[in-house]
Amino acid sequence: MIEINKVSKAFGDKVVLKDVSTSFEQGKTNLIIGQSGSGKTVLMKCCIGLIDPDEGEVTFNKRPFSSLREKRKRELRKEMGVLFQGGALFDSLTVEENVMFPLNMFTDMSFEEKRERVNFVLKRVNLVNVNHLYPSEISGGMMKRVAIARAISNNPQYLFCDEPNSGLDPKTAEIIDQLISEITEEYNITTVINTHDMNSVLQIGQHINFLYKGELWWTGDKNSILHTSNPELNEFVFSTELTRRLK
Amino acid sequence: MMSLKALHTIGEYLLLMIETFKRPDKGPVFRRQLLVEIVGLGVDSIGLVVLMSVFTGAIVALQTAYNIDSPFIPLSMVGYTTRQLMVLEFSPTIISIILAGKVGSRIASEIGTMRVTEQIDALRVMGVNPANFLILPKITASMLFNPVLIVISMAVGIWGGWAACVVTGMVSSVDFVEGLRGWFEPFTVTYALIKTLVFAFIITSVAGYLGYTVNGGSVEVGRNSTRAVVISSVLIIGFDLLLTQLLLV
Repeated sequence: MIEINKVSKAFGDKVVLKDVSTSFEQGKTNLIIGQSGSGKTVLMKCCIGLIDPDEGEVTFNKRPFSSLREKRKRELRKEMGVLFQGGALFDSLTVEENVMFPLNMFTDMSFEEKRERVNFVLKRVNLVNVNHLYPSEISGGMMKRVAIARAISNNPQYLFCDEPNSGLDPKTAEIIDQLISEITEEYNITTVINTHDMNSVLQIGQHINFLYKGELWWTGDKNSILHTSNPELNEFVFSTELTRRLK
Repeated sequence: MMSLKALHTIGEYLLLMIETFKRPDKGPVFRRQLLVEIVGLGVDSIGLVVLMSVFTGAIVALQTAYNIDSPFIPLSMVGYTTRQLMVLEFSPTIISIILAGKVGSRIASEIGTMRVTEQIDALRVMGVNPANFLILPKITASMLFNPVLIVISMAVGIWGGWAACVVTGMVSSVDFVEGLRGWFEPFTVTYALIKTLVFAFIITSVAGYLGYTVNGGSVEVGRNSTRAVVISSVLIIGFDLLLTQLLLV
């Protein structure tokens, strides 16, 4: 479980996060939603340690991240898998080398064991016969799947996904969402997803945190989000013509 | 204001170097990276270095021969001048400036692109020290292989001078070789190699720093790549003066 305790962050005079407190539960898909500029990405970067909060603390199973020494932080980071918005695959490495990268860095597995693990996770994300291809030779959806495979290759306890559906068509986006949800349940990991895609919210939102102007405005799940009386959340949920008509 | 910014930049560069020179996470991975960089930064530059050196050696020899008017100056001076110029300045300094253009811009743009496409963030959140993983193999590769390049440059440059003299018939092979072998001070080669090591460090560390600290998008990557070449070249000339004063005078 990840606990966010009164996290605040400002860049100069601009306050981006104000006293945000919430928790992300193990074995569930925890979503951070909100409009652009609401502080979603900054909150996620505070969680994975790319930004230090000005105040407050992020705790991973009782381990306060920002108070840890650098060596311990790096140990904790090895338990994390992160799916970046653009995939962040290493473009000089093949698909196989990308997925094998965490195994090369942090395990003493033999090459055969590593290759077996790589093939297993690639198969898990429904990718076969792509091992020798470079990131520039595969589609956006495949890139996301390779990035997921890399993120889970070293059996992480925590999986962070920053806008996993951005730039994908609705069908591929649904496949990616489903995949993340299945992996979360299968491996009982704590998954945190940063999104503003309402399809994702309604499909896999087991624990939803709505950020509004840097504050935690609402928490709930995919069933309760459609019936909330919160005006800001309603404005966000029913912001498209399609959702307004459905309502 | 300017001096504060310069101090901030120097401080940031030094902190990055401290991160860079930490023990690599995994020895075999580092060695593999080192080999890749030796090929990419060193072996791939051999062709350019040979081409530049042969022509410069030839030009230096022909210019010297053309400018010797006095019958009191022996033609063997052409061989001597070519050797001295290649060993003392052209090979270590000018080739290093050329490498700053080729290798420096490559390093800055490669690392800069990795920064803007979140690949460096990906390394960091995996628990890898990105500065150590990306910059240390490049610095080590250049410091190991640039002396080889410079020795090649000296050899083929002198050969170019000899070939130009013999082909044009301006200086005989005997005269050229006599000058080449005369008044040789072995320390000049040591001096050239010390300079090469310092310049290799400057090229790779400055380019690594400027790539690593890119903030923005493709425009900034391009801008920092250019800055890497300009700053490295200026530093090479500055350190050339300093090292010449320290080692030769």
